[in-house]
Amino acid sequence: MTLITDAHLARPDDFYEALLHAHRGLSEEQSQLLNARLILLLANHVGDLDVLREALAAARAGIIDQEGQPPGTGSGGKEST
Amino acid sequence: MHSELFAYRKAPELVSGKGGRYRVVVVGAGPVGLCAAIDLAQHGIDVLLVDEDNKASEGSRAICFSQRTLEILDRLGCGERVVRKGVVWKHGKVFLRDRLLYQFDLQPEAGHKRPAFINLQQYYLEQFLVERAIETRRVDLRWRNRVISVVSGTHNVTLTIHTPDGDYSVECDYLVAADGARSPIRSLLGLEVTGQVFRDRFLIADVRMEADFPTERWFWFDPPFHPNQSVLLHRQADNVWRIDFQLGWDADPEIETQPDRVISRIRAMLGEARPFTLEWVSVYTFRCQRMRRFRHGRVFFLGDAAHQVSPFGARGANSGIQDADNFGWKLAHVLKAAASDRLLDSYDAERVPAADENILNSSRSTDFITPKSNISRTFRDAALQLARTHPFARTLVNSGRLSVPHTYLGSPLDSGDHDSFSAKMSLGAACIDVPLTGRAGPGWLIDQIGNRFVCIYYAGDDRLPPNSLIECLRDGAIAAEPIVIGTVGWPLTAVPEHIPAFIDTHGLFAKRYDATPGSSYLFRPDQHLNARWRTLDVNTVRSALSRASCLHASTLAAS
Repeated sequence: MTLITDAHLARPDDFYEALLHAHRGLSEEQSQLLNARLILLLANHVGDLDVLREALAAARAGIIDQEGQPPGTGSGGKEST
Repeated sequence: MHSELFAYRKAPELVSGKGGRYRVVVVGAGPVGLCAAIDLAQHGIDVLLVDEDNKASEGSRAICFSQRTLEILDRLGCGERVVRKGVVWKHGKVFLRDRLLYQFDLQPEAGHKRPAFINLQQYYLEQFLVERAIETRRVDLRWRNRVISVVSGTHNVTLTIHTPDGDYSVECDYLVAADGARSPIRSLLGLEVTGQVFRDRFLIADVRMEADFPTERWFWFDPPFHPNQSVLLHRQADNVWRIDFQLGWDADPEIETQPDRVISRIRAMLGEARPFTLEWVSVYTFRCQRMRRFRHGRVFFLGDAAHQVSPFGARGANSGIQDADNFGWKLAHVLKAAASDRLLDSYDAERVPAADENILNSSRSTDFITPKSNISRTFRDAALQLARTHPFARTLVNSGRLSVPHTYLGSPLDSGDHDSFSAKMSLGAACIDVPLTGRAGPGWLIDQIGNRFVCIYYAGDDRLPPNSLIECLRDGAIAAEPIVIGTVGWPLTAVPEHIPAFIDTHGLFAKRYDATPGSSYLFRPDQHLNARWRTLDVNTVRSALSRASCLHASTLAAS
């Protein structure tokens, strides 16, 4: 199994709204906690460590590495710059 | 207490004025050095054991001894005393604030001679080991003998030893350094230990009290009586209880060990009404680190001298005793010229990965208990909160992953698994115990193996193996003691008396070892599984034995 990075969400706009909605009225700290709980719940749902590692790498890509890929391009493909 | 056991005597070298010559000198009479000395003594090797002190450990120190350690102590002849004096436990509870989060069972399956854990103060273990060492009559124990110089040569090691009556020198073939985390031998040889220091402090208090708490390991995250920190409670022998309070990095050890301060912390935990006395208090920090190699020519490092872990998981003393277990038979085989010196390299090859496994587990526990950043604290708190209602999150909560024996996967001493076995156990694993019934009645597999190579032939319900096949295992340059096991109803009486034979009373051998009629298992003297086959072939066994004992120098070179 590999990380799905093509469109896979049934109703993307609904999900996005629900995600923001879940954070409504929370302090910065509470939002951090919600995100952490959400990540742990979703990670358990995924289960497969290889997929999770791919997701972690994809999430981290482009944050620290100046030359890195912009977030969201996935970790598999290598692009020439 | 038992001061005669630890009495200083003038070294014979200081009486005769001549330097001493020994095959093995062990430095450090803690649990690890004592186990190494006893193991060598049981193999018929005389050992000089020196220690700079003249008493057992101050305070309870290491208290949790695992099933594997108890099995090793059984092999060394003092397991029974340790288990009788200790308190047996296998359950743990983890609390968040004032509520139970979850509980665990470290030995969910019955059918083992020894329990998952016992708790016993280190000073008792040391006392029993000293008595056992004396009983072997091969351990020359010298208290208040401090090594002040070491010269490690190609052919021997020369030591200068300082005593109240002056200094003397000794030569030995091999030096075993089991002299603790601050190992003077390591310093004298200019060797390094590297790793991670954790920025946290813990208060350890031994409290004597009458309490009816169950004999379980209790761990609190953020309890009301000690907010934002963790607390661990363990029972020991003689109604002594160990309480560990996490203090944080900024705590001042001098202030924190003042009795009034400690007593008020304990009162907050136990309530004002419960009477108790304070036995021992200490503030500690810890490191997770190891030496790069545990063998340096003729010098071997065991236990804390070689590697150190955080206390969460009871991986310090247990792994040190497993070092001794791994090392003893190897040095004995080399000294008896039954094996090449290269067998000793396998101590390093097998125990360095074991130390890494312990360091990994103990570092992960520490990262959970002492989060290093805001985000790691957030994830930690998220896991703890979810654990209340969601079972998956309990698997993430880490209050210490308790010591399990290391499996010597890919050991240079095994010849690989060529037949297919579905058992959980892999080559290099420590013996998994099962109950058996022999001619003399019920017993345990673990008591039948160890101290020499053993080859188990599982007959199942099949006909008896030819006696000649079994008996010839005893011949050859390195012998394997044969043991035959059959299923219930199998004709035990038909096996010749001189071959040990057992009935797999509960079918657990077949199950735990995935045994079918003809399956054969070779165990090393340290009770680790070295080889297994679906059919017994004497030449294959001999070749495995030759590799396992480095009978020929080329055996290892070929790997």
